[in-house]
Parts: sequence; structure tokens; C-alpha cells
Amino acid sequence: MFRPLRLAIGLAVIPFAAAQAADDVTEFTLDNGMHVVVIEDHRSPSVTHMVWYRAGAADELPGQSGIAHFLEHLMFKATDDLETREFSRIVEANGGSDNAFTSWDYTAYHQRVASDRLGLMMQMEADRMRDLILDPGQVDTERQVILEERAQRTDTSPGALFNEQLRAAMYLNHPYGRPIIGWRHEMLGLTLEHARDWYELHYHPNNAILIVAGDATPEEVRALAEEHYGPIPAHPDIVAEESRTRPQEPPHTATRYVHYEDPRVANPYVSINFLAPERDAGDQEEAAALTLLAAVLGGSDFTSVLSRELQIESERSLFSAAYYNSTSLDASSFTLLNMPVPGVSLEEAETEIMEVIDTFLEDGIEPAQFERIQFQFAASEIYAEDDVAALANAYGGALTSGLTVADIQAWPDVIAATTIEDVMEAARDLFANEATTIGYLSRPEAEETATSEVSQ
Amino acid sequence: MIARFIAPAFALIAFALPASANVDIQRVTSPGGLEAWLVQDNSIPFVAIDLWFDGGGSADVEGARGAVHLMAATLEEGTGDLDSQQFAATLEGLAASFSFSTYRDNLVVSAQMLTENREDALALLRGALVEPSFDPVAVERVRTQVIQGLQADANDPNDIASLTFNELAFQDHPYGSSLDGTIESVTALTRDDLVTAHRNILVRDRVAIGVAGDITPEDLGVLLDNLLGDLPLAEIELPGDVTPTLPGGVSVVDFPTPQSSVLFGHSGIARDDPDFFPAFVMNQVLGAGGYRSRLMEEVREQRGLTYGISTWLSLGANSPMMMGGFSSSNDLVGEAIEVVQAQWADIAENGITQAELEAAQRYMTGSYPLRFEGNSEIAGIMAAMQSDDMPVDYINTRNDNVMAVTVEDIQRVAARLVDPDGLHFVVVGQPEGLEASN
Repeated sequence: MFRPLRLAIGLAVIPFAAAQAADDVTEFTLDNGMHVVVIEDHRSPSVTHMVWYRAGAADELPGQSGIAHFLEHLMFKATDDLETREFSRIVEANGGSDNAFTSWDYTAYHQRVASDRLGLMMQMEADRMRDLILDPGQVDTERQVILEERAQRTDTSPGALFNEQLRAAMYLNHPYGRPIIGWRHEMLGLTLEHARDWYELHYHPNNAILIVAGDATPEEVRALAEEHYGPIPAHPDIVAEESRTRPQEPPHTATRYVHYEDPRVANPYVSINFLAPERDAGDQEEAAALTLLAAVLGGSDFTSVLSRELQIESERSLFSAAYYNSTSLDASSFTLLNMPVPGVSLEEAETEIMEVIDTFLEDGIEPAQFERIQFQFAASEIYAEDDVAALANAYGGALTSGLTVADIQAWPDVIAATTIEDVMEAARDLFANEATTIGYLSRPEAEETATSEVSQ
Repeated sequence: MIARFIAPAFALIAFALPASANVDIQRVTSPGGLEAWLVQDNSIPFVAIDLWFDGGGSADVEGARGAVHLMAATLEEGTGDLDSQQFAATLEGLAASFSFSTYRDNLVVSAQMLTENREDALALLRGALVEPSFDPVAVERVRTQVIQGLQADANDPNDIASLTFNELAFQDHPYGSSLDGTIESVTALTRDDLVTAHRNILVRDRVAIGVAGDITPEDLGVLLDNLLGDLPLAEIELPGDVTPTLPGGVSVVDFPTPQSSVLFGHSGIARDDPDFFPAFVMNQVLGAGGYRSRLMEEVREQRGLTYGISTWLSLGANSPMMMGGFSSSNDLVGEAIEVVQAQWADIAENGITQAELEAAQRYMTGSYPLRFEGNSEIAGIMAAMQSDDMPVDYINTRNDNVMAVTVEDIQRVAARLVDPDGLHFVVVGQPEGLEASN
């Protein structure tokens, strides 16, 4: 419906760190190994309750892609104490909202409620951690729902189909190459037994992180967590976070081209992808430099290197960007994107964006730009305090990616201590690898964009 | 990451305004006579300001479709001595953020700025609002981006469904076309069209102002006069009401995609209608997004025909509508539409049960204080309420109004509002076994 051209300028386009007001964050561990983090914000009488499992799509067995996400859907069915969908009905009857999400490294369940309902949320979440009941008929219907979800998110979107293929080509060995939603042919084969096995393997307190954010004190949270989660026994086969391992990437030595054509593509573009290091516990310096590099190259529509050269100076590009995701359990990626103006080919667009990079490696970073970006990162800590639910998300994402609370709290300082020379060194290392994965998204030759006719 | 269900992908949900949330609203009148609603909170050193100008994309003048939208998108492209890059660099150096968004009935400006450099940030925002350059080079660049967006919309089944529904329902009224304009109309816009749109929309007597965060009422009054005091007064008439013309039935737009996008609806109910609250609660039970509604139960949970379905009361200033939307694979969409039609007929004839009413009331009244979360959110709600002519005490009476609704009220409203024969579906895709009809 409404698609404002540019929703926001300034802050919204910089990939900011979450703010960490260290004074307001407390962590402890229950006797059964469940990790608990409390983020206090007493401005309003509400609370976000989240349970994150250290299990995601990258932990799935080969041939069962999509099972992590499928189980997430099935977690809203019956338990020994609750009827199907009663969980959500109770949340709603208490004025709350609930949902869940799955990524490669985690699966998370969350509710937002008035703070005096926190104990009830824990009671129900603890119940479904161990007492889920899977019904064959419901599994069949819900499989249809996730297939519709795949159709909605991926199959109707040329950009999503392209990214799925690109990712699969990028990761030669690591399961990050598989889609979270799953490959359709494997989703069709997911069974109740697969879901049961996944649940038994991963849904235990010593594989979970509880995050409570909002109007609750650490003392209250500890008492409630011990009451509700405390009685659930640890599972002996759960490995510690630091020994959670997946197949790793070999060195990338060959450049790979992926060309996806789809008649629904309105504006073709090229995407150039480099394997990149992620934040690791106690070792976040290079990731900080890459985070700043993405901001320098592509953080602003007007002042960053790519947009200035390609969109404003040469006017050869409709849109250009640089993306880097710093928070990931295993190897991440750094992406350059160039959507040329009509009449400029994708081959030219690829050449031109890499020429800008080559010039950048010679010229370096303008100190005034770097200073502005550093100030924006510092200010983002202030703005982030306004949204405690987003803070809870940032903590959960980092803690399930192998980082600690100390790492999360050190991150703004690591960013602030990063110099122009650090960023340029990271850039030289990153772009030295010529074995990239390059994707072209375009529409078939000589075919007009899809047109539509109304009949009624 | 992917969520279990997504919020409805359709805009203008009748948003339930928070009631007795613990917000203390101060009505501030500037020395120059501008009124704002302020929720002061000094705990975080920044302030959020929302300015909702009446008119929006529907106030395009004849022959200049898309001018307001292009104008709003060009406000950030320079002012005074600053060109677009210098403007952006200044803004970044202040770590402030501004956004300029065009909707059917409003042009919305949202700003956040740090306390430590608020004066500088405000001076920059004033320049964008009062003295934008509309530099020809920048206008061309933004025009190209808008056209690119229109090309993308023409290939997006949801955008096609929306445009098709609006064309069928509202025809020549501004609601009947895209506020972005068409490729032809945007190509023909001149700089003068933007100057005119700016003169028509950015006026000081048609703006609703919501503010939240670290500022005193006294400082806010001075701020508002500096920011907006040099804007002129309104001159143009805004568009009038329109009655939707489309009959019940199904329209099909052939589009190559494995899953059809469906948008459906008919006439709705205005917020100032005496039966608004019963309709509001009824919609909650029938299909409100993010809630275990009847349609989610019947279409998704029981039959697996969609990932998500929702309905909403669209409160457009010129034509209230009752709308819904979902996506289903081409081989399932016909069955899904039949289920929706059956649910529409059932609620029109039978209303809802006492148990359904109470569950919806518990949810609606319990969730309402949770809406006042964060300065940006609160500033937006404060401005939206005023833009909709809602009284400040709505917040204190809203839950009582929800609780006062009875099953009899809903039976009455359902019989009046819910029209199974008048429900029109626009289907974009290649649906199997579904005939277009009306």
C-alpha cells in the first residue's frame, strides 16, 4: 500500500549497535544451566519475556531443512496442560501479544505483557519446553501453513528467490547455505517424527536463554524463574555454547557467478559477496572495523562512498549499498550491491562498483565522515534505550551467536576505539580475496516486465 | 529470521488508541498559537517530534498526480546554502534523524534529536520544511527513484491488488489512484508543481503536533514557533468524501506467480459513528491481525490455506472501509475465498458469542496500556489522535467504551455493516477454478 520512498534518513540507515546500559543488565544461571538475563526499564509497567534456544536452521540434519522453523510453529499446539492454541489465547486474554522466530543460529519465543503477568508467561513457556504433544493431523495442516509461508515470503519474490540461490552458492560447506524456511521438496517430507526428534534434542533448559526486559527486578525474575523453569532437569547431551560446531567453510578459491532471471524483476542489480569474519567472544575488533567499513561505504544515501560516486557524481546507479552482519555464530558475509540506471549493464555495474572500491583502497577515508559515523554510533546507544524490546532482541541474538554479556557491553567501546587505519586494514584484507560470489538478478532478454489485466 | 506470523501487510489499520496508560499528556500552546500534545519524559536525553500535515497525497492538484509525494521525498535534498550531500552530512553530524512520508490523508514528518544539539537539529529541520531548495538536479534524481519504485510496484502482486481495488472502488477520486502517481504523471511533474505542493500542504494551520521525551513545555512552545511559525496559512480545499462504487464479486488480475494475493472489502464505518465501538470489537473477533480471530482459525489453523489473514477498519478521511487481505497458493485460493465469504455471512446473520466478546474485550483493554512504549511511538500517537480530531480524554474513556459493547450491539452493527453480497475480492495471480464475477 504505502511505500514511502525513503522512510528515514540519518540514523536508520547505519547498522547501529544496540545500546547497553550496563547498570541495568543483570545475568545469572539457574542450577539446571538455564542462562538468565534481566534488562531493567521501569518507565512503563510492561515486560518482554523471551526464551531463546541455541538451535536453528544451521543445526538441522541434512535432508530436513526447515525443521527448526516447523517445530517453532508446532510449539503453539497442545501440551499436557494446555489445549491447542490455548497458549496464545491465554496471552491475549491477559492483554498480551506473543510470537516466535527462527534463524540459522537460534529459535526464540516471546511475549509482551503487563509486568504482573510475568509468572504466568514463565509457567506456560516452561510447560511447552518439555511437554509438547504432537498430533499427526495438526502436523499435516501446519505443514501446509509453512508451505504457504514459503510461497508468500520466497516464491512470490524474485529478490528472495535470488538471495536463496546466492546464499546456497556462497556457502560451500556450511549449512548457512540452506534457507531457514527450508527447501520446498524437503519441507514436503518433514514428519511428526522429525519434529519430535528435533524437540527432544534441543528443547532443554541448559540449551536455553531466558531474557526478561522491562519492568521487573532481577530478584523477582530469579524467584519466578526458579519456580517455573528451575524444576526442569538439565539434559546431559546438550553441549556447551563454545563447543557447538557445524561444518565450516574451506578457503574460497574460485569466483562463482549466479545469474537468476525472472520476468517479475523491475530493476536488475548485481550483488558481490565476500566471506567475512564475525564477532567472536573476546575478539570483536575486526568485526567492529567491518561494521564501520559498511557504514563508510554504504551507510548513507548521500554521503557514503558508494552512493556519492555512483548515484550522485556519475549518476550511473539507482541504488548502491554495503551490508555486513557482525553477529553470527560462524562465518558471516560482506555484500556490495549496485542497481544501475536503465541502459547500464550488470557487467558494467559490477566493474564500476569494484572500481570505486579500488579507488577507495588508495584514497582512504575522509576524517570528517569517520567522525560523523563514530558520533552516530555513540548516539545510537541513547536512542536504543527507548526500545527495551529491541535491546532484548539484540542480547538474545548475540548470546546465541557465541558472545557473552561482557562482549555485548564492550562492543560500543570496541567500535569507539576503532581507527581509520583499522578500518582500512580490514578493507584491504576483505577485498584482497578475489574469490567472491557474484549474483546477477535480471529479467529474461527481450521480455517486457509482467503486465496485468483486470477481469471481473 | 522469520516469524510465526507477520503483522498484516496492509496499511491503515484502525489503531486502537491507548487508554489509561500511565502517560501524562500536556497540551502546550506556543506563544505564536501552535498547539501540541506533549508527553514529557526526561529519562533519556532526546526528543521525538511528529508533525502530521493534513491533505497528504490526496491533495495533489489536477494534472499533477504524485506531486505531493515527490515534494515530500525531496524535502531532505537541501536548503539554503546546503546541497543534498551537505544537508545529509550536517544531519549525520548531529546524529539526528528526519523522515518525510506521504499517506493518503497526511504528510507525516517524524524527527528524533539529541538534547545536546537540539537547536542545531531544529534549525536544519526548519530549513527542510520552510525553505527547501528543490534543486533541479536533486529533483531529477528523486524523480528517477520514484519511477523505479513505480516499476517495482507494477511487479508486486500486493501493490497491484491495492491499486486495482482502489481504482475499482474510488475511480476518479484521489483514493482511486496511487499517490505516488504514474510513470507518465511523475515524468511530467515540474519544479513548479513541487513548489505548489509545498505551498499547499506545509501550512501552519493544518498540522497536528505530537512530542515526547526530554523537553519542557516552555522550551517546546519556543521551539514550535521557530520551527513552523514561518509557514503560511492554508489556501486550498481538501478533497471531499467519496462513496465506493464497486459491487460484490471477484476480480482477477492475471499475474505470473505461484501464490495469489487477495485484497477484499466493502464500505466501512467512521470513527465518529455511534456504532464505531461495536464495529471495532466485532472486527477484532472476525479478523484483526495478531489475534486468534475467526478467520485465522478457519482459513489457517483448520485448513492450512494461508500463512496469515487479517481484516481491518480503514478510517480514511474520505471513505471508511472494512477491508481484509491474505495470500494463498493458486490451487487453494478459491477455497480460501469461499471460507471468507461463509464467515462474512455467518457474522452478518448471527453476530458473535458472549465468550468471543469477553475474550476480545479482555485483549483489547489489557493490551492498550502496552501501546505507549517509547518516545517515537508516543509522539506518533499524540499527533495521530489530533489529526483524527480525537479528544484528549479518549484515552480515559476508550476502555470503558470497549467494555460497554454487548453481543446485541454487535448483532445490530453486523447486520448493518457486514455485507456478504457486497464483498469484493481482488485476486492477483493465476488462481485455479476461480471465475471473475460481479
